[in-house]
Amino acid sequence: MSPRSSTQDPWWVKALVLSLVAVFLSLILVLPLVSVFAEALRQGLGPALEAMSTPDAIASIKLTLLTAAVAVPFNIVFGVAAAWAVAKHEFWGKSLLISLIDVPFSVSPVVAGLIYVLIFGSHGWFGSWLIDHNIKIIFAVPGIMLATLFVTFPFVARELIPLMQEQGVDEEEAAASMGAGGWTTLWRVTTPNIRWGLLYGVLLCNARAMGEFGAVSVVSGHIRGLTNTMPLHVEILYNEYDFVGAFSVAALLCLLSILTLILKGLLEMLQPQVRRAGH
Amino acid sequence: MSSTTHISSGQDRRPRGAPPLFRRRSAIPGFGLSLGLTVSLLSLIVLIPLSAVILKASGQSFSQFLEAGFSPRALGAYRLSFGAAFVAAAVNAVFGVLTAWALVRYEFPGKSIINGLVDLPFALPTAVAGIALAALYAPNGWVGQYLEPMGIEAAYTPLGVVIALTFIGLPFVVRTIEPVLRDLSADVEEAAASLGAGRLSIIGRVILPALGPAWLTGFALSFARGVGEYGSVIFIAGNMPFKSEIAPLLIVIQLEQFNYQAASTIAVVMLSASFAMLLVINAIQAWARKRSA
Repeated sequence: MSPRSSTQDPWWVKALVLSLVAVFLSLILVLPLVSVFAEALRQGLGPALEAMSTPDAIASIKLTLLTAAVAVPFNIVFGVAAAWAVAKHEFWGKSLLISLIDVPFSVSPVVAGLIYVLIFGSHGWFGSWLIDHNIKIIFAVPGIMLATLFVTFPFVARELIPLMQEQGVDEEEAAASMGAGGWTTLWRVTTPNIRWGLLYGVLLCNARAMGEFGAVSVVSGHIRGLTNTMPLHVEILYNEYDFVGAFSVAALLCLLSILTLILKGLLEMLQPQVRRAGH
Repeated sequence: MSSTTHISSGQDRRPRGAPPLFRRRSAIPGFGLSLGLTVSLLSLIVLIPLSAVILKASGQSFSQFLEAGFSPRALGAYRLSFGAAFVAAAVNAVFGVLTAWALVRYEFPGKSIINGLVDLPFALPTAVAGIALAALYAPNGWVGQYLEPMGIEAAYTPLGVVIALTFIGLPFVVRTIEPVLRDLSADVEEAAASLGAGRLSIIGRVILPALGPAWLTGFALSFARGVGEYGSVIFIAGNMPFKSEIAPLLIVIQLEQFNYQAASTIAVVMLSASFAMLLVINAIQAWARKRSA
């Protein structure tokens, strides 16, 4: 046997592996995705578009966009601050801090909602104070924001920390020694180096913020037109057996995630160093 | 600018007897602000709220804790959440490594689409995945209609939970194994081949051992994600107590009945399990680093 044939699989192995992968991915990924569009269009395009444009659906789209509009900037500020502290400075307890930033990824989304109910719910820590001052957090938009901030918390930070650690501190030290202030250094020296990683983190954060279900469903109260995000609206329609409606709103979310995947693929192609394993 | 003289010097010029600094001095400004912001936001959004659930669960006697956290119904829910997550992670460990292998080693039409699609579970809202899988595997669904004559009930059974968790966990395995497989240089394989090793023994004695740590990490990440998963599962699970009710759903049910203490207790049991798994994952990664060093 020549070395060449020994590092390449025989044709039948290749055929077997590819067919197993094809069957598996069809059953788990492709067919579910296709079925969303098929179910949405079951009665044609008209009813699907109608379901996407009911007042409740539009309210849910607006709330979803608002949630992402709050979560993404917050995540950028936190992520840049955390990466700046961790990657550009040495301090005691750094690896503990890095682990703590990742904690939301290992907490069930339902628990992420529960903790805010315990604090701000009517029987919670601040419950009676909030009622006295007529402030609603749980079963209202602020609760949805908090739950979304929790579940998206690590996205930008965990992209930027390894990236900025790799880049080291030479450029920033040079800038500082030439008299540049912190903000100038951040904006003129660091940002150009991290923009693609930042964009990658923002993309994933945005997708999660718009799609979060478990955490948001616990704090939302499912009030139609007021506290329903798109995924919650999908659930309500589905539970009411309005399948065309549920799958039509779901199809919108699918298009959004396909767009996310395309942008992500483009970023990875143009900037291969941004790809990191194990999100 | 007199102040630049002391920040740019690497030496510690603190007066004698000053308390030891907890950080090394750096010429780069913004340490206080960035660390302050990081720690305050982390505490306000994550750590203090999480402590609420632990406080709530600890405000009861030990026997109450056991009763709420380890009731037969709760035990059934843990068994399903952990068991289904384990099976799904095992399925992903097998098909994930095949998928990664195909993506790294083979050329085939549509490869870039498949590559993008593997990340779909990261991007697709879990509720959408849930209703899509439920529709697909229901007895009248595209796939379910062929399973039913074979006597396989997928939707609304524990098998449905496994299917949903397989969907959720797949990218963790593929994306952890893929870079390791890519870095595994063909030289090593060629060397083994030139020494007379056959293809099977190369796979068994060179490739698989090198993949080991990444494989375990991917399995553990997929398992950990599956244990807490809610959105994609509840639509396909059937949600029957003792049978097809996952632990996160039981938390929601307790919460809806205003049993905050019971909900918190189950949450604390789940949290402890998650943190234990986090430690295991870190240990695997530390072991892998040591082995490759």
